Amino acid sequence: MTFIEYLIQQTINALSLGSIYALVAIGLAMVFGILRLINFAHGDLMMVACYVAFFLISSGIGFGPVFILSILAVTLLGILMERVAYRPVRGAPDVIMLLTSLAVSIFIQNIFIMFLSPVPRSFRNITPSFLDIVNKWGAVGISNINIVTIVITAILFILLTLFVTKTRLGTSMRATSENLIAAQLIGVHIDRVILTAFAIGSAMAGIAGFLWAARLGKIDPLMGFIPLLKAFVAAVIGGFGSLGGAVIGAYVLGFAEIFLIGFLPPSLSSYRDAFVFVLLILVLLIRPNGILGSTEREKV
Amino acid sequence: MLKIKNLVVAYGNIIALQGISLLVEEGELVTLIGSNGAGKTTCLKTISGLLKPISGSITYLGEDTARLLPHEIVKRGISQSPEGRHIFARLTVGENLMLGAIQRNDNIAIKADQEYVFTLFPILKERFNQVAGTLSGGEQQMLAIGRALMSHPRLLLLDEPSLGLAPILVQRIFASIQKVRAEGGTVLLVEQNARQALTIADRGYVLEAGRIILEATAEELRTNSEVEKAYLGG
Repeated sequence: MTFIEYLIQQTINALSLGSIYALVAIGLAMVFGILRLINFAHGDLMMVACYVAFFLISSGIGFGPVFILSILAVTLLGILMERVAYRPVRGAPDVIMLLTSLAVSIFIQNIFIMFLSPVPRSFRNITPSFLDIVNKWGAVGISNINIVTIVITAILFILLTLFVTKTRLGTSMRATSENLIAAQLIGVHIDRVILTAFAIGSAMAGIAGFLWAARLGKIDPLMGFIPLLKAFVAAVIGGFGSLGGAVIGAYVLGFAEIFLIGFLPPSLSSYRDAFVFVLLILVLLIRPNGILGSTEREKV
Repeated sequence: MLKIKNLVVAYGNIIALQGISLLVEEGELVTLIGSNGAGKTTCLKTISGLLKPISGSITYLGEDTARLLPHEIVKRGISQSPEGRHIFARLTVGENLMLGAIQRNDNIAIKADQEYVFTLFPILKERFNQVAGTLSGGEQQMLAIGRALMSHPRLLLLDEPSLGLAPILVQRIFASIQKVRAEGGTVLLVEQNARQALTIADRGYVLEAGRIILEATAEELRTNSEVEKAYLGG
């Protein structure tokens, strides 16, 4: 394998990993931008989507409908979370919202552990088998799952960008995340905006869950934790609350992780997560508000 | 036009408004003055629906609006330029103004209102494509008022428009408030700068520790010895 081939291979891997982090990070950033709430249960939506698919697939309706129903189910779950758990603590101190979301996450995880056992289950027979095919170009091997991940993420970004810039609801969402009070005073229906943020974020988390499970080939009730943590780091690196920042942060993280594995001696590569968090610390030392984060000062 | 009766509002256990009543007639410029913490901002926030009263009523054009959500109140024609301005700092001046009209569909009328805002504050036209966070404090205040006007309100609520501004800018802001009123607008102005507020207002209310202790025409309040001592600096 030549160096160029190696670079191409690793770049594709990094883009694919970064895409999954980005899909998760967008939902986190969207909700945080509006409510200052770090939704720890966001990763569990990935897990729930996979489990719904796992049980629906045996009904024999085929992957397409199963996929759509699973995404629909987590979208509803996300909306339900907001209504039941987060709306009552809206405007409460950050710590209370943080603990509430932690509680929601632990609650969902344990429900799944109790009723479905913590034993991992295979996800191999659920996603279409063509995803596992590896295309060879010389020494470069790119699996279909990587291509699909990158393409789906790109399409979703474009749709999301169009939504937040071209539609009234999307514009309201940007205004609300800029300034909650001002948004209400210009006549934005913030309940609707918050609901939309949860719905979009949850759907994206569900899609990310599928892509994540397809890479690993298995699912378990705690599978959402690591991607959530990575997406959180991505969002912080990018500048928490900013959608563009979350996406940039996610790809920075994806590249850092993949190239660290590639260049580090094998004895150290199992510590890659430690390096990821060192990266987080470094970024925050240099830019405390993240790459795209801005310090807002009041002007006189 | 706006009639508030025995309004009681609290933050948790702390009662901020202890049953205030006030009236704003169509075409009037009414001011609510009082020191820091008297409850002025609380009053405007409640009118705008950001806070819900414990008891009492707010009647606007014959309808009880006390339980409505903020966006429903804007839809009925009440808009507010809040204390501290709360402009959308990362968006441009133009985007800020367009957001002020977010509930409207009448594009031609929106354009006309934007032109009207430019006649009040020509600097906003010059700064149209500039990011709002880079404006000076006075320009941001103009933007906040301009944005409030973009919903084409029948009643404009202004919270401390002179806060933190140099005297020359305060003059300019107050001149534009007078202009809005002269063209038929109805304004409820909350101010710590009582002297300025009473110069342009028709009537005024003095709020102290959550109660209205005085109400009179602006002229009477200007010459009232108590008001003079407490709020006009002797």
